[in-house]
Amino acid sequence: MKGFAELLDALGFASGRNAKLALMAHWLGETADPDRGWGLAALTGELDLPAVKPALVRALIEAEVDPVLFRLSYDYVGDLAETVALLWPHREEGEVPSLGETVEVLQALTRSSAPAVLRSMLSRMDSSQRYALIKLATGALRVGAGARLARQAFANRFGVDVEVVEELWHGVAAPYAELFAWGAGKGPRPDLEAKPLFRPFMLAHPLEAPESLDLAAFSAEWKWDGIRAMAVCRSGEKRLYSRDGNDISGSFPEIVAALDQDLVLDGELLVRGVDGTVGSFNALQQRLGRKSVGAALMRDYPVFLRAYDLLFDGSEDVRGLPLEVRRERLQAIVAGLDAERFDFSHGLQAETLEALAELRGSPPDPAIEGLMLKRRTSAYVAGRKAGLWYKWKRDARVADCVLMYAQRGHGKRSSFYSDFTFGAWQGETLLPVGKAYFGFTDAELKWLDAWVRAHTTARFGPVREVEKALVLEVAFDSIATSKRHKSGLAMRFPRISRIRQDKPAAEADTVDMLRGMVI
Amino acid sequence: MVADRIGWLKAEPRGIYLPGADAWVDPSQPVARAIVTHGHSDHARGGHGMVWATAETLAITAARYGPQPGGMRLAYGEKVEIEGVGVSLHPAGHVLGSAQVRLERDGAVVVVSGDYKRAHDPTCAPFEVVPCDVFITEATFGLPVFVHPPAGAEIARALARLRASEGRCLLIGAYALGKAQRVIALLREGGWERPIYLHGAVEKLCALYQAHGVELGELRPVAGVKADALVGEVVIAPPSALQDRWSRRLPDPITAMASGWMMVRARARQRGVELPLVISDHAGWDELTRTLLEVRPREVWVTHGRDDALVHWCGLHQMKARALHLVGREDEDE
Repeated sequence: MKGFAELLDALGFASGRNAKLALMAHWLGETADPDRGWGLAALTGELDLPAVKPALVRALIEAEVDPVLFRLSYDYVGDLAETVALLWPHREEGEVPSLGETVEVLQALTRSSAPAVLRSMLSRMDSSQRYALIKLATGALRVGAGARLARQAFANRFGVDVEVVEELWHGVAAPYAELFAWGAGKGPRPDLEAKPLFRPFMLAHPLEAPESLDLAAFSAEWKWDGIRAMAVCRSGEKRLYSRDGNDISGSFPEIVAALDQDLVLDGELLVRGVDGTVGSFNALQQRLGRKSVGAALMRDYPVFLRAYDLLFDGSEDVRGLPLEVRRERLQAIVAGLDAERFDFSHGLQAETLEALAELRGSPPDPAIEGLMLKRRTSAYVAGRKAGLWYKWKRDARVADCVLMYAQRGHGKRSSFYSDFTFGAWQGETLLPVGKAYFGFTDAELKWLDAWVRAHTTARFGPVREVEKALVLEVAFDSIATSKRHKSGLAMRFPRISRIRQDKPAAEADTVDMLRGMVI
Repeated sequence: MVADRIGWLKAEPRGIYLPGADAWVDPSQPVARAIVTHGHSDHARGGHGMVWATAETLAITAARYGPQPGGMRLAYGEKVEIEGVGVSLHPAGHVLGSAQVRLERDGAVVVVSGDYKRAHDPTCAPFEVVPCDVFITEATFGLPVFVHPPAGAEIARALARLRASEGRCLLIGAYALGKAQRVIALLREGGWERPIYLHGAVEKLCALYQAHGVELGELRPVAGVKADALVGEVVIAPPSALQDRWSRRLPDPITAMASGWMMVRARARQRGVELPLVISDHAGWDELTRTLLEVRPREVWVTHGRDDALVHWCGLHQMKARALHLVGREDEDE
């Protein structure tokens, strides 16, 4: 526990992705099994310890410390775990359990046993260990290092490909003994052939120079404004994964239920609109982020998967085949699936760049946000490889930015965090590129407010700094250079057009991309 | 009521005032007669008519504001009478020359403690418990979360980090008066014998400390030293220099900050430091409450800081207490 507490402290003060990666990689290398596995589970958010809730921690401290002094301290510090860690009296000498032992104890807790056990553990620890224990037990590490970064640290430490780690990840369970053995070269790669694994997505580059593209080598499709998803069925086990590898089966049970043969499909989740059109992204959002959905939501917001690629045909890995061959097989497979839940994303015919540009300029459905151009011979490769896939968005004046700060609004919004400062990437740092305080619905505002409160990392008066984890799609009329901002850019009329819960922050847009939009 | 017997002293928003003597303790504006507890700029200002203070405080004031006329030097424990009020100064343990002011008239004793601490500090005289009827205290760290760890352990942590980091130097942000010199003295106690490098803004006060007999070892200015030569060395700078372009000249510095505020993660992150060092020149919660129990005054007046929690604690311990809400006392850089 001591080493893990020190890691959390150091991560909390480390600035930048590389510093955090180095700290985590170092810790994973220095720590023994099963502690490092439990640590990795905690850092990737895979630990679920339901017996300890913040209310319990609060009840424990209020029995130790005068309630007024506790309240004043909590107001000042602003974080329950930290307040309790600082206030708790160190009373008992004795061994502090290892991280593995701590997790075992926490997993075995019940509502009735939790108070006494937690009290005794807290009393034996020092302040930084108490902080780590409470963060671990309440499942909110908030060290600004996401699951993907932790897996990257694992890959760095053991010199393995992070995409392979991503692929294995959903088939192994904490404390990941076989994963570490494989990483250290002391065991075989975990055999997960028969499991419904997530396969890392192939991603597209924005199209920078359409005129230099050899059109004949590419096929075109509409780019639909939905949620990228992967449908997986293996030996009858079924899953639906989001772009960052989260299991979203619970949010879209009808899609999962309609999978009736072994396969892995890549496609876009969309809501069916009226008269054969596609519903808005807003409608889709009603379905996202829920652990389970009721019949009414399924009826009001019927979803389907528009398939555009095939990764596995039965148990055959077809990712090495050319795109055209995969798409042929895909079309045949989709024809045999439930048409209410699956359809095929058809190719577009355009011989010239002018014809393509015309299609892009006047798409037949408002849910189309542009074109996808894919090299006909391309294999399905994880990540964003140069020269294979391009996205050519219809309206270029949208950017995916990361929420950095939130400030309370005024008037009827005075209790809400409603002024949002967002940033774009420059290397591994985020630079603020604008501020918006409208564009969202009242329900979205409520959601954003709750998100801000739950992900605050620092406060400066009325402003909260948040974990750099939420992507906001920002629409704006134009963008110009400006000396007022560190990024050197200023947006005109920026508004939040969409909350992109499905998009990892690391994949938000860059300052360079925005600079390319300056007119 | 104690207050009935001390009509000769008033707590004004601008400071503690003695109407009969027309004298102020730590006034925030120039006045005819001032009694000054210590040299920090929110307590000692230039432009007063007469100033009673320790020799060290007068020297610090002169170094900061230029020569000041009207200095009335008082040794610790030495008594003078100003218009019927007996005045003496007693060590406060805050910075070099810092003092509590003991005021006596009509059989009632009031102690204005100024800023003080009880923790170990090799650069100044330790705090002295002075019995009194009314004890006027600050409460910068008046919350039970502020129990500062031993400063020596924080210094050891910083040195261990420096030794474990190849190709880097240790840059410690420390307030130029008091904190910088205490950090240097603690580094010496922690076994650091190499020369310590200084930002220009802390040089003058370090020299003043040395001239008053405080051992700081060999100090060198950073200016003119090549980056390569600073690898593995310790550099002391005022907090404002940490994020400044100035620090770019240093070889990949481990940015540390020595302050009592470093206890709270959000405060440390606001400063953008990589290594927070909890080293405070103000009394932490344990020191404040221990002092009140040792002094056992009839009444406690709290000048500034987190006064609500300390006043509440006094209530729990059957001590009469009130908050004065004095203005102009800064606690940002501590």
